[in-house]
Amino acid sequence: MLDKLLKIDRRIIFSIIGIVVIIAILFPMGLVVHVSEPVEKIYREIESLSPDSYVFLSFDYDPASMAELDPLALAVIRHCFRKDLKIVSLGLWPQGVLLGQANLEIAAEEYGKEYGIDFANLGYKTGGIVVISGISTNLRDIFPQDYIGNNVDSLPMLDGINNLDPFKLIITFSAGDPGVRHWVMIAQARYGKKIGLGSTAVQAPAFYPYLQANQLVGLAGGMKGAAEYEQLIKIPGLATAGMDAQSLAHLVIVLFIIFGNVIFLLKKRSSSS
Amino acid sequence: MKRQIPLLITFIVGIVMVVQYFIPRQPFAGLFDTFNQWFLIIAVFALILGLMNLVRLHVQKLRRMKGGWGYSIILLCGLVGTIFTGALWGIGTGSPFNYVFVNIQQPMGATMFALLAFFIASASFRAFRARNLDATLLLVAAVLVMIGRVTIGALIWNKLPHIAEWIMSYPNMAGQRAIMIGIALGTVSYSLRVILGIERTYLGGE
Repeated sequence: MLDKLLKIDRRIIFSIIGIVVIIAILFPMGLVVHVSEPVEKIYREIESLSPDSYVFLSFDYDPASMAELDPLALAVIRHCFRKDLKIVSLGLWPQGVLLGQANLEIAAEEYGKEYGIDFANLGYKTGGIVVISGISTNLRDIFPQDYIGNNVDSLPMLDGINNLDPFKLIITFSAGDPGVRHWVMIAQARYGKKIGLGSTAVQAPAFYPYLQANQLVGLAGGMKGAAEYEQLIKIPGLATAGMDAQSLAHLVIVLFIIFGNVIFLLKKRSSSS
Repeated sequence: MKRQIPLLITFIVGIVMVVQYFIPRQPFAGLFDTFNQWFLIIAVFALILGLMNLVRLHVQKLRRMKGGWGYSIILLCGLVGTIFTGALWGIGTGSPFNYVFVNIQQPMGATMFALLAFFIASASFRAFRARNLDATLLLVAAVLVMIGRVTIGALIWNKLPHIAEWIMSYPNMAGQRAIMIGIALGTVSYSLRVILGIERTYLGGE
């Protein structure tokens, strides 16, 4: 009997997870999101910037991690536009460019912002750490054109912007390498720039040392981090909507772990006796 | 000569890159910029090489009608299709490339990753066992973080989010920092071996 329970068909587990997630999406519980300090730090950093300050956003993720990072990117962009900050972006991952651009356009429409005047997207260049190193000293050498081939000299907001010096804050939405590690290594350690991190939940624990050493001004991990940020800017979005499903899925996984261990211990006891 | 010249180039470039970090003045700063630009150019050729390898592999698979050859047709069509749409009409909003990206690549990528939740549930049920003290500690920490990091955690017990944050900020951070220091020391020693020509496997092995 115990053996049977331990070898439960995985399709049953898949079905339970599927049903729980669907129910949570169809019938939201509206659970309250607890805002953690690392997320609040990013919010406070953006709040402290004066209008027309320049912020650099790096979209270093792809569709596989968009469920976690897209809501956070959109929330941060909304916050920046609400504060009338100027955004320049790029992607260290090729697909990040279009994902970021889609979010920039959504927020730009909401806040009446214009491409080339309030925000610009430089696009993708292969090279990761070398791209960061290059734009730290000469942005136009690395990106003579934006993501759709416009000459960067034709974008009014980039007048006199030749490197990372004018940027008060850099935020990377990072799902792996190249990403936050390289921003910290070059832009923070070498040029003293402030870096904020939006990361996938699975890699967030790896960057707590950077946070504690003040090499990151803040950290928002996974969909939970995005939901916290949405709560801070008081615009609930996809992350807030997804938190119920994620909460219940986590709860079910924990119940499975406990169930598996109870059976394991019972089996161990019965075999030893 | 076939080995000496690459070793000499590696030594000179490696030393210049190390020196420019500590002395960011001319001529090192200029050399650093030049090397960066060369790297970007070489990286583009590496992309082209990767693309050619991918095409060759799948064309061979098609020729020999190996198992899963149907997927190779889809891959090659997708590859050619996206390259042409991107090259002809650009990648801006409303372009065919963007349409393909938003309506095909995005949902497919997101779906693949979403499947992970199902496999994690199954794997954690089967593999996460309190077999000894170390495994039990890991298990308890994982359960507390998993529950404490989601909204339902506070509903179960309002201290759970704080406990999860404490685990992340102290025990987790200490472990991660130890790993990071280990990796950094390993990277420094490996880099020195490469620069000094002791480590030569990157040349094709000896």
